Amino acid sequence: MEKSLKKYFLLFVGPTLIAFIIAFVIPFVMGVFLSFAKFTTVADAQWVGFANYVRAFSNRDFVNALGFSTLFTIVSVLIINTAAFALALLLTRGISGTNVFRTMIFMPNLIGGIVLGYIWQFIINGVLSAFKVTILVDPAYGFWGLVILSNWQFIGYMMIIYIAGIQNIPGDTLEAAVIDGAGPWTMLWKITIPLVMPSITIALFMTVTNSFKMFDQNLALTAGQPGKSTAMVALDIYNTFYSRAGWEGVGQAKALMFFLIVVVIALVQLSITRKREVVN
Amino acid sequence: LNQSPQERPHATVNIPLAAFLTLISVAFVSPILLVLMNSFKGKLYVINSPFAFPTAESSVGFNNYTQGIAATGFFPAFGWSLFITVFSVGIIILFSSMTAWYITRKIDPFSKALYFAFVFAMIVPFQMVMFPLTRVANLLHLDNPVGILVIYLGFGAAQSVFLFCGFVKSVPIAVEEAAIIDGCNPPRMFFSVVLPMLTPIAITVAILNTMWIWNDFLLPFLLIGSEFRTIPVAVQYLRGGHGSIDMGYMMAVIIVAVIPIVLFYFACQKHIIHGITAGSVKG
Repeated sequence: MEKSLKKYFLLFVGPTLIAFIIAFVIPFVMGVFLSFAKFTTVADAQWVGFANYVRAFSNRDFVNALGFSTLFTIVSVLIINTAAFALALLLTRGISGTNVFRTMIFMPNLIGGIVLGYIWQFIINGVLSAFKVTILVDPAYGFWGLVILSNWQFIGYMMIIYIAGIQNIPGDTLEAAVIDGAGPWTMLWKITIPLVMPSITIALFMTVTNSFKMFDQNLALTAGQPGKSTAMVALDIYNTFYSRAGWEGVGQAKALMFFLIVVVIALVQLSITRKREVVN
Repeated sequence: LNQSPQERPHATVNIPLAAFLTLISVAFVSPILLVLMNSFKGKLYVINSPFAFPTAESSVGFNNYTQGIAATGFFPAFGWSLFITVFSVGIIILFSSMTAWYITRKIDPFSKALYFAFVFAMIVPFQMVMFPLTRVANLLHLDNPVGILVIYLGFGAAQSVFLFCGFVKSVPIAVEEAAIIDGCNPPRMFFSVVLPMLTPIAITVAILNTMWIWNDFLLPFLLIGSEFRTIPVAVQYLRGGHGSIDMGYMMAVIIVAVIPIVLFYFACQKHIIHGITAGSVKG
């Protein structure tokens, strides 16, 4: 059959391949080239070597954004995964009403980032109005606002992933542990966590990359204000491209560094958690 | 499969735990209810007393809804969101499944390279291709609601082909060979034998892509936002030129933007929960 397949290549792979080349391959290759060029419309691009990379660090914007994104990612990943795992443990004990709880906790995940941002801007400003301030007064408000927002959005999703992992643990493994006299705490650390490590790997991967790449929520909640103090990396790159003429190349250089950082984070995180997975 | 314990008849009752979980669940839903409550109040009351119920004084009835829907052009936006989501998801399912089946069955260096290119594309942040992509789309006249379908296929294909490939490997090849011996050519065999067997993963792919495309902001904003606004773009445009927002309108628009999502959720809840579980399998 394999040989006869070849003449159907265009039919089966052609449409996807053409769309993939237009949407991803060409822009990606252009993006790498343009990070070393000065341009405003692409057609007028001139090679400038590493000048864009030097300019990316000529002010504090990019470094600040990297710092903000990193801190945000660490804080929100820890809280989201701890809360999601705890809820998953509680919701796999067969108590009545489990389905209703699960449905309600997951629901916010379906709402888009822009709408989420405005919902929380309204609520946080509502709380802060008691103190006669708004979310734009202090970068700390924007930071914790973003943490609360991402918790609200992602805890339900990660909880679903952990529930699936916990339900995959064979019942006789747990029974054997109980017979051997393991207490709840030992069970959690010696049985449950090692056996749901694949779920932990994927949930950490998704929360780390989603948090670090966040854009819509950041734009809607604070738009980076006050000043640029709550701008995450994706928003800083966007602003470099679209609100400063002559800085397009710098925006592309920042985007390339952003891409490399995301790849490194993903590879490091996957290699660390994969090592702890046990085959079951 | 995936029968969760609580669906079995002997669910246990644990009052303190149930009370705690009720509290948590209500906390997760209450932001929406708070927005709903405020959607009936005038803009000053939304800002100054957000936690008070609407009163005769603060209430504006459905005024925020009529004005907010008119100000954002919500109905056209709903139409464009629906058009782009439905057709993008349709072509992503069709073409990704075909591609995944081909590169899984025809194992050669090109198939392997393509598979790794798709996996690679999944990690790349959108900002990396954002600017060149808008230029390419302009040049090829893809900056319209039909052209953007091609872009969504290009981006959506990465994860979708990856998910389909994982599933195709579990489809018994003997069935396909039997169909070929019976005189089917590969395309007919794919559509009448393989594609029906791919239904479970196709539903997963459909759910994941629907959630992404319906809520996507930056791509439609940059490519078609000046003429054709999807719902997220329309909501963002409610922020005025100087960052001023009529919060009364905003509350009403958030509610009408959330209603289709909630309806979709209740209609396909089982598929959504199952879809995101299946979609999170590691490669």
